[in-house]
Amino acid sequence: MINNDSLIALLPQLVSSALVIVVMMLIAIRRNYNLVAGVTVVGLAATLATIPWASQVAPQTATALFIVDGMSLFYTGLILAAAIGSTLLLWTYMENAAGNREEVFLLLTLSVNGALLLVTARHMASLFVALELMSVPLYGMAGYLFTQRRSLESATKYLVLSAAATSVMLFGMAFLYAQSGRLDFGGVAALFTSGHGLDAFLAQAGLVLLIAGLAFKLSLAPFHQWTLDVYDGAPAPVGAFLATVGKVAVVAVLLRLLQMGGVFGANGEYPAGPAYSLLNVLAVVAVLSILAGNLLALRQESLKRLLAASSIAHFGYLLVAIVAGGVFANEAAGMYLTAYVFTSLGAFGVISVLSQAGDGRDADTLAAVRGLGRRSPLLALALSVMLLSLAGIPLTAGFIGKFYVLAAGMAAGLWWLLGAVVIGSALGLYFYLRVIAAIYAPAEGEPVRVAHGIATLTVILALVTVLVIGVWPQPLAHTLYFAPIAQVP
Amino acid sequence: MTITWLLLIPFLGGLLAWQMERAGRDAPRHIALACTVLMVAFSAGIWLGGDFSYGPGEHPWLVEEQAPWIDRLGITFHLALDGLGLVMIVLTGILGAVAVLASWKEVTHRTGLFHLNLMWTLAGVVGVFLAVDLFLFFVFWEVMLVPMYFLITVWGRDVAGGLTRAQAATKFMIYTQAAGLLMLLSILGLVLAHVDATGVLTFGLDDLRNTPMSPTVAYVLMLGFFIAFAVKLPVVPLHGWLADTHAASPTAGSVDITGLLLKTAAFGLLRFALPLFPEASRDFAYIAMALGVVTIVYGGVLAFAQTHTKRLIAYASLSHMGFVLIGIYAANVLAIQGVVILMLAGALSTAALFVIAGQVFERTGSFDTATLGGLWARMALIPPFALFFAAATLGLPGLGNFVGEFLVLFGAWQVDPALTAAACIGLVLAAVYALALLHRVFYGPAKAEGALAGADVREAAVLFVLAILLVLLGLYPQPVLDMSDSLATRIAGAVAVASP
Repeated sequence: MINNDSLIALLPQLVSSALVIVVMMLIAIRRNYNLVAGVTVVGLAATLATIPWASQVAPQTATALFIVDGMSLFYTGLILAAAIGSTLLLWTYMENAAGNREEVFLLLTLSVNGALLLVTARHMASLFVALELMSVPLYGMAGYLFTQRRSLESATKYLVLSAAATSVMLFGMAFLYAQSGRLDFGGVAALFTSGHGLDAFLAQAGLVLLIAGLAFKLSLAPFHQWTLDVYDGAPAPVGAFLATVGKVAVVAVLLRLLQMGGVFGANGEYPAGPAYSLLNVLAVVAVLSILAGNLLALRQESLKRLLAASSIAHFGYLLVAIVAGGVFANEAAGMYLTAYVFTSLGAFGVISVLSQAGDGRDADTLAAVRGLGRRSPLLALALSVMLLSLAGIPLTAGFIGKFYVLAAGMAAGLWWLLGAVVIGSALGLYFYLRVIAAIYAPAEGEPVRVAHGIATLTVILALVTVLVIGVWPQPLAHTLYFAPIAQVP
Repeated sequence: MTITWLLLIPFLGGLLAWQMERAGRDAPRHIALACTVLMVAFSAGIWLGGDFSYGPGEHPWLVEEQAPWIDRLGITFHLALDGLGLVMIVLTGILGAVAVLASWKEVTHRTGLFHLNLMWTLAGVVGVFLAVDLFLFFVFWEVMLVPMYFLITVWGRDVAGGLTRAQAATKFMIYTQAAGLLMLLSILGLVLAHVDATGVLTFGLDDLRNTPMSPTVAYVLMLGFFIAFAVKLPVVPLHGWLADTHAASPTAGSVDITGLLLKTAAFGLLRFALPLFPEASRDFAYIAMALGVVTIVYGGVLAFAQTHTKRLIAYASLSHMGFVLIGIYAANVLAIQGVVILMLAGALSTAALFVIAGQVFERTGSFDTATLGGLWARMALIPPFALFFAAATLGLPGLGNFVGEFLVLFGAWQVDPALTAAACIGLVLAAVYALALLHRVFYGPAKAEGALAGADVREAAVLFVLAILLVLLGLYPQPVLDMSDSLATRIAGAVAVASP
């Protein structure tokens, strides 16, 4: 069962668990805001540093619950990078908040721990526990500024709807268990490939309910209603965390579930049979998400709501790659997610730099960024590049991601989905450019003053990353090529 | 490293101009002007030193450079120069200088940023003329629009009763980007067809030529390219952005859009759509030429009806692009040679008219022909120049436009006499709208008293140089014809082989 190699393979998860305890102890001994924030960043960086060791023993099945392979390690790295970025943003943002500020980092490390476990899950039990471990701290983070009505509303809404989604997902797992008598992904796969004694309706229903639960977390239409309000009310750095860490881990487990759970066959081809119909469901979800997200974003006056709506559309685009299937789909999904993570981090980062926890409402309205080009050329440039990246303009990471998705869709001949992507992109330009026009509109205002430089540094790092991926994507493309999902039963 | 400099000069020059605003408001203008002069000198050097006498079928590129870029997808950083590309780059440099000079007084705030955007637009355009890797080409094709967007949205002008400049710029972006995505899908389709046939993943233009595929697939992929180019050319009914964008754009922006951006579309058809899909283009030629006739007539009629000078010129250039489209799809040596001349002459004459519209606006504060009129007596030098360029636009023999239109019609006649005859309506319409423009702005009773400032040295010099170039092109087009001969022969050959 557990041997030396599997312990090494799980090093990132182990170190991040240790980090949770260290942060908790630090807060218990003596409250020191900067110390706790600093230790969190260092701890996350240390976790990141263990990936090379883990990769030496990958692919590795560690117990019945976890598997460490190229894909899980890639997403581990991405999650940690996003977590470090969010932590740095929070550090500046919470500087002058009232009340106890330190626990937000405890919640963050807990949630990261859940995300890291989720990307390695190969069993319904580990999937469920990891997903909840990741989500539950998020309610706390979204409502952390509970004296503000909007923040509290955001947390409550997220909590209630998420709980409903979780129960739907559990129901789906129960159906699958009733049919196959097993809970590991491989067992579910066996159910679909053998088809022995299969009640096709129950099995399909189980899979659809399970996917619906995950689709809720990814805010895919028609499970997207919570997204705008939750993003809007949550503090900007928490929004960054929610949009990056919370999404990456779920996409990773969805990919693994589809691949190992028998929807995709061994070489990425679609097998015939009951599982195949699921792809049609996913295709419909993709089109709905692309249209709903872009249409919702058209008239938003709040940047956070706009980013929330556009995230619905972006995960619709991502789903196109997943529906396309094949080996390239994993690369495309990885590329798209990487681009999306750094872009979101940068966009939320700018809002976060402009806002302070003590200020009441975040500076996220169109009016708040009007004339930013004069007040802070750097932040204006960063936000513009992020918006262009979201719109998929070349020389930004977003274009490379979209290019991969289009290539995957084209290779699979998904004409309707590609049509939706084109229409969605045209709609998307309208509202991204609307913000850019506001940024560079002539307007008077005081130059932006920033509390301290850590958050600005994060924005600059995100900006550089987005441009570097856009101009020189080869290293990332190479990494993704060698980070496949392991085919371990 | 040689031709990469053609890209780097405007790119780095833009950065320098941006930073040198600290040294004074006019410093960026001088730097930008120096860069464009350098571009012209550099490309003229290649022109004089190059040998363009290679025949068809041989290695098609005069100079090329290749560096690895995204190995995973078979994408390389591959630039190459042929005769046509070189001519277009010279034109880019000249019109870049015109744009800088035309905005000397018009643009007064954030000059550093303005010239950064202007130079980067030029860099993008040069990239389009140089790239022979389809991915790289697409990157330049899309990216050059971003600085253009900023030129319009920050330094443009809101049109009373029309779109604001931000709306006009957004409309422009949405049109071109959506069409661009269709082209991207076509590029991917072509590459995948090539992978299916040969197992080699590549985006290189030279490799993708002669990709075996079924006629239906080829036709669909060709349409993707055609629509993207047709939006930017533009071809009726995909022209909706043109007039609004011009009306909202600063003079430099208008010069760049008609002079350069529109020409990248014609260039794209010549370099990519026809050579990659000769059979499908042959099948499509009749529809394309018919669209060309529609564009000529529609543009001409609408130009006459405009009351906004820049919108009038915009529709006039639309009408001219109809001739270009007909020439390209006639696809014989004569017609393609004519297209090249017409592209150059059209760019120069339309740019000059936009510059004049800008100069009139600087003096009278109006683009509206209802409030203009009788300016001939009130200002020096500008009206005669306007007469000259209007005459060029209507195709007066001895000037470049005439040579281009003549060759295009000559070539097209061999392919389809009926459509060619219909296209000749455009020549009549051109006389009508060009003279109408002159009449409404410069002749008739003066609407106000008092003399206005004539052209100063800078303004006169710009118009003078453009006029000289048009005369040269009209009287001695042979050097340009030599440059584009090999390309025209190659395309005509490919399409002729493809025809049944």
